[in-house]
Parts: sequence; structure tokens; C-alpha cells
Amino acid sequence: MRYIEPHAHMVSRTTNDYTAMVTAGCRAVCEPAFWAGFDRSSAKGFYDYFCQLTEYEPRRAALFGLPHFCWLCINPKEAENVALAGEVIAMIPEFLGRGNVLGIGEIGLNKNTRNEMKILEKHVELAVAHDQLILVHTPHLEDKLKGTRLIVDLLKSHPGVRPERVIIDHVEEHTASIALDAGFWAGITLYPDSKCTPARAVDILETHGMERLWLNSACDWGVSDPLAVPKAAMEMRRRGHSDDEIDRLIYENPRAFLSQCPRFRID
Amino acid sequence: MTKKALLDLSFIEIRAKLLEVAAFLDRLDRAEGDTDFRIASFRQAIKELSEPEAGRVRRILELLSDPTLEPVEAASGKSAAGAWPEFKD
Repeated sequence: MRYIEPHAHMVSRTTNDYTAMVTAGCRAVCEPAFWAGFDRSSAKGFYDYFCQLTEYEPRRAALFGLPHFCWLCINPKEAENVALAGEVIAMIPEFLGRGNVLGIGEIGLNKNTRNEMKILEKHVELAVAHDQLILVHTPHLEDKLKGTRLIVDLLKSHPGVRPERVIIDHVEEHTASIALDAGFWAGITLYPDSKCTPARAVDILETHGMERLWLNSACDWGVSDPLAVPKAAMEMRRRGHSDDEIDRLIYENPRAFLSQCPRFRID
Repeated sequence: MTKKALLDLSFIEIRAKLLEVAAFLDRLDRAEGDTDFRIASFRQAIKELSEPEAGRVRRILELLSDPTLEPVEAASGKSAAGAWPEFKD
């Protein structure tokens, strides 16, 4: 089995996790910029973080033979500080030319506030201006449905956004259609408690089909599982899905989307 | 996959999860103090399990969601509770 982990916060993970992922068949890992679990105190903190994502972490992954890619942004959890967010967004273009940068992400909403909407719009402008792929985070739990609707409306209203170059992540049963019907890609995140289990993720692909869908673990510093994608593949196999179907979902689909960025090369 | 095969595959696992829900509600009854908005929508969600039409997960997720469309003025915090505070039976 081979797979791509299209969303993992590896700076929060151990070398044992790298070993386990590669042993399970991981061929590439993609790391969106994320909230640290606490608010950074200045734009300089983000500068260091972007250096970590574009310099240090790819070297750490390479020790395990794993190509590492990343996405850049200020996470919506820190978007309430509009001035700081503006400083960070202004800094991103100097990193966009680095060899492992795939695009702008994970941008989106957290608590569906007006400030978060403003910063989301700025990120979208940045992505369009620099012809970047976009990875969108949708909010948690009770905020997800509303946030997904707001995000999709904002993206659809922007004339420069091409839906096939945007992935709306963390969809669940009540939001998958909102993203897919609008022509976007959709990501299903496999979390033990707060998002989808492997069983529910397979239910979603059995009801929606596999087109423009990917799976990810979004493993980070919280309760999460870096082997969630291969475990979902096990669930597919348990239900009688073929090896080709599994390969399409966990390898070919993310490769198809990510290959729209010329820097994404893993073969 | 046939219904029988799915039952063979998953019944014991899901039976255990059902008992966890029942045990949680019993535990909540034994606990002191008042519940909050979360349990009101949770009890409504449990009723949804008995509905005959497919789509129960989607309907339960919608029931636990903020159904409004206007962005809020400011965030009161960063985390989510799992249910919408303004939910009414």
C-alpha cells in the first residue's frame, strides 16, 4: 500500500511517527501552517515558523526518506488580531518561492467572526495574486456548518478563484456536498473524537463517490493519529473495496490535486 | 456488502458504543448540579436515531450546529462546545 498524507502538522510529531508513517507506505507528507496551541506574540514568531516549515522540517523528514511539503498562512485561530494577521500575510510572498511550498493554507474560519472573514479574504487575494493553490480549514463541531457555508460563498464570489485549485478540508456528512457541489475538492479528516472516524469517512465516500475527495490525519499536538489514513484504508479493505479503489483515494487523488503545484513531485 | 455481513462485522463494536451512551446518561443522572444546552440537543439527537429514514448522521450534525448565516462580531474564545448554545427543543 502507498499513500500521501496531505495534511499533517509534523513539527508537533516525533521521529517515531515518521518511522511509522513511512513503514505504513507514506510517500509524501504535506504540512499546512497551523496554530501553535497558543497565540504567537509577534510576526517574528511566524517568520521563524515559516523557516521551520520550509527549511528544518523537510530536512527532518528527509532523514526518513519522506518528501515534505508545506502551506503558508496565519491560521484562523489567530485572525482576531487583524493587525498581526496583516503583518504575517505581508511576509508570506518572500517564502512562496521556496522549494517545498504548495500554496496558501490552512486558511478559513474558526468561530465565524467578521475579523476571521476579513483575514480569509486577504489570504484568498494573496493566493489569487500569486496563482497559488488554496487549502481551507473549516471550523470545528457546531461552527462547521455555518463556517463552511460562509467560506464557500466567499470563494464562489471571488472571480479569481478556480474551484479545482481549492480544497475545503475537514468536511463531514453535513458539509461534504456543500464543497463538492460547488466544484471544490473536499478533504475528510480522521480524528478519534472531533471529526470523522475511518468508518464514517468510508461511509461518506460510499455515498458521495471518490471524485475530488482525499483523506488526511491532520495529526498535530492534540488527540490525533498519524496512521489514520492507512487505518481508513484497512476499513475500506474490510468492507470489500479493491486495492485499486484504495490506491485511488489515498494516493492518486491527493497526487492529482497537489500536482497542480509544479513543486509537488514525488515520483 | 450484505446487511448480514455488516452485522457480523460491526454489531458487537456498535453495541458497545450504544452501551457507552446509555452509561453516560445514567452517570449524568447521578452527578450533582444542572446540565446545560449540550444535553438538550444530545437528547434530541438520540431521538433521531429511531427515525426510519437514512441520513441520520447528517441530521444529527445539523441539529448540533449553529444554523445561522451571519458572521459574529467577535469570538468569545477559540474552542467549540459540540452543540449550539441557542438550541431549543
